[in-house]
Amino acid sequence: MTRQVFAYIIHKDGVADDTALEMVAAAGKLDSDARVTAVVAGAGSKLDSVCNEAASSFAEVWKIDNPALAYVTSEVLRPMLVLILPKNGIILVPHDHFGMDLAPGLSIKLDAAYLPDAVDFQGIDNGKLKAVREEYTGQVSTHVLTDISEGVVITVRPGSFKADESKRGEGHVVDKTPEAIEGGLPAGSCRFLEIVEAEVGDVDITKSDILVSVGRGIEDEDNLEIIHELAEAMGGDVSCSRPIVDAKWLEKSRQVGTSGQTVKPKVYMALGISGTFQHVGGLKGSPFVIAINKSPRAPIFQVADVGIVDDILDFIPELTERINELKG
Amino acid sequence: MEILVCIKRVPDTSENEIEVNRDGTDIERDDLVCSVNEWDNYAVEEAIQIRDRVGGSVTVVSVGDEEAEEVVRREMAMGADKGILLSDDAFEGSDGRGIAAILKAEVKRGNYDLVLTGAQADDGAAQVGGMLAAMLDWPFASLVNFIEFVDDKKIKVGREIAGGNQEMYEINLPSVLSIQTGINEPRYVSIRGIRKVASLEIPVHTAGNLGISPESVGEPGAKTKRLDYFMPEPGEGAEILEGSTDEIIDKLIELLKAKGGIK
Ligand SMILES: Cc1cc2nc3c(=O)[nH]c(=O)nc-3n(C[C@H](O)[C@H](O)[C@H](O)COP(=O)(O)OP(=O)(O)OC[C@H]3O[C@@H](n4cnc5c(N)ncnc54)[C@H](O)[C@@H]3O)c2cc1C
Ligand SMILES: Cc1cc2nc3c(=O)[nH]c(=O)nc-3n(C[C@H](O)[C@H](O)[C@H](O)COP(=O)(O)OP(=O)(O)OC[C@H]3O[C@@H](n4cnc5c(N)ncnc54)[C@H](O)[C@@H]3O)c2cc1C
Repeated sequence: MTRQVFAYIIHKDGVADDTALEMVAAAGKLDSDARVTAVVAGAGSKLDSVCNEAASSFAEVWKIDNPALAYVTSEVLRPMLVLILPKNGIILVPHDHFGMDLAPGLSIKLDAAYLPDAVDFQGIDNGKLKAVREEYTGQVSTHVLTDISEGVVITVRPGSFKADESKRGEGHVVDKTPEAIEGGLPAGSCRFLEIVEAEVGDVDITKSDILVSVGRGIEDEDNLEIIHELAEAMGGDVSCSRPIVDAKWLEKSRQVGTSGQTVKPKVYMALGISGTFQHVGGLKGSPFVIAINKSPRAPIFQVADVGIVDDILDFIPELTERINELKG
Repeated sequence: MEILVCIKRVPDTSENEIEVNRDGTDIERDDLVCSVNEWDNYAVEEAIQIRDRVGGSVTVVSVGDEEAEEVVRREMAMGADKGILLSDDAFEGSDGRGIAAILKAEVKRGNYDLVLTGAQADDGAAQVGGMLAAMLDWPFASLVNFIEFVDDKKIKVGREIAGGNQEMYEINLPSVLSIQTGINEPRYVSIRGIRKVASLEIPVHTAGNLGISPESVGEPGAKTKRLDYFMPEPGEGAEILEGSTDEIIDKLIELLKAKGGIK
């Protein structure tokens, strides 16, 4: 029997998210014979453009079109998905801020297994799916076995599958709206109010060619001085990972990553940054990445072009001094 | 306001390099420094601040073995009023759903208006809060970075989305929220604070107390099982610069010049 795989498509302003084509690839890796259906929810004409776009890559597109989804929230969407999805299907959702909100509860409501943050699939045998996850900020990996015989909801880590651009879709769009709203709209115990945009800071790191980025390895607020000095010597700007912003040592507008800025410098220095996918997810346009970390096993060395294993507190001041000498 | 905060004891990744043990069945646990999951500290701090504003009490709860008592005590030293440990041999090997089911049973015993979890634990699953809410049929918001009380039936909540933007919601109580880092600045726990709670009795609730049938949780109830641990494939990886610090700096400066890294 052909397996049914569903991929939930995140979209904005009428355009599907990068994760849409990554899920085509993920579904293919999961089961190359599976029939893969895109599920797209929203409202109006922008939704139709996303559906048409998805139709070129998926066997089928299920559309849920309702004014209550003009801004899609998981508390409104989840009960609708429960009504339309089959009980024993495989449902893929990107492991991002939306997937984290939607998917765990969806698995409970569908009475399906839950496999969070998968980075690879290694086959299905006897109703059991073997997958790869990472733990402890990517320091170690694990194989996990999930019983999918009664269905499974899987969140897929953004960036772990290479987008499938082959566009082998068959192009049907099926309107599932009537079925999805059969139960009526949810009572509204969680009401969306508005979006508050991020504050703009004093520098715009999205425009910088050279970023000197600092992470928790800096250990102490006072040590930030050496980072500012290096950035000045190089003629770049200072950016950072999230813990530096959480500690209020630098403003939020300097945070690189999925919940911060997406940057596209020529050169990116990652100093005392472990390299989680949420951080690296903010790096675009293939910058030349130099990582300095005291742990040779830090995952950042997987994405960097050049690595130096050292204590940044010792190394950075020497580097700055040498650059300054050079510049005279 | 009765608030329950779920906390997990985890290996502290900023204090340890996590290594796989010899046969790949587990991580190397000798000399592993453990502490409370980073996100959970923010959740406890938020609960304490809410209590101090609107009154009520804060209870912290952890599913774990007797070692988890230490993190319960730590969060009580931070200012939580009560601590509970949920512990039973039957809980061992639980997957996220199992942990959520155990926590649900404890929530049902109390009279809570608000349940807080961390957004994720160190293995990054980010599953327990959303599952717990679905099991309770309570509204849920994840990655919460702002909470304000509208009245005793409603709260206004901000959740973090991409790009540092924020979605605002009004949510009815009772509800479950998963807390994102940065929502507050968790207070420091002093040695004196720890001493003050050192001798407090922490009640332990078992599967029997909670009315949980042992087959529904733990390994028998788990639909996901971890098979083994392994070191990630080195992949392409970075070219590691070697030599004396001076030599490394020479090479690095050449590279920076070539790539436009020095202006
Ligand atoms: C929904 C969500 C969104 C997120 N969004 C973002 C985001 O946008 N951006 C972001 O950065 N994070 C984000 N995070 C957090 C992310 O998961 C990690 O917690 C964070 O990136 C870790 O930051 P870090 O690398 O600085 O710290 P750690 O992971 O603690 O790493 C510190 C590193 O420094 C090294 N080190 C320590 N001391 C030294 C020294 N003296 N010299 C050299 N090296 C040293 C260590 O070996 C380690 O590798 C998000 C998390 C969630 C759940
Ligand atoms: C695919 C997969 C397979 C696994 N297989 C196994 C296995 O075979 N054997 C095994 O022993 N473990 C296994 N685990 C780990 C175990 O399932 C987790 O410890 C458990 O699922 C909950 O933690 P989490 O890290 O997923 O929590 P997350 O959902 O990431 O944590 C979010 C929040 O939930 C709360 N929370 C989480 N755990 C607890 C707790 N114990 N007590 C109180 N509050 C808590 C905290 O507030 C935390 O901040 C597996 C995990 C996954 C994802």
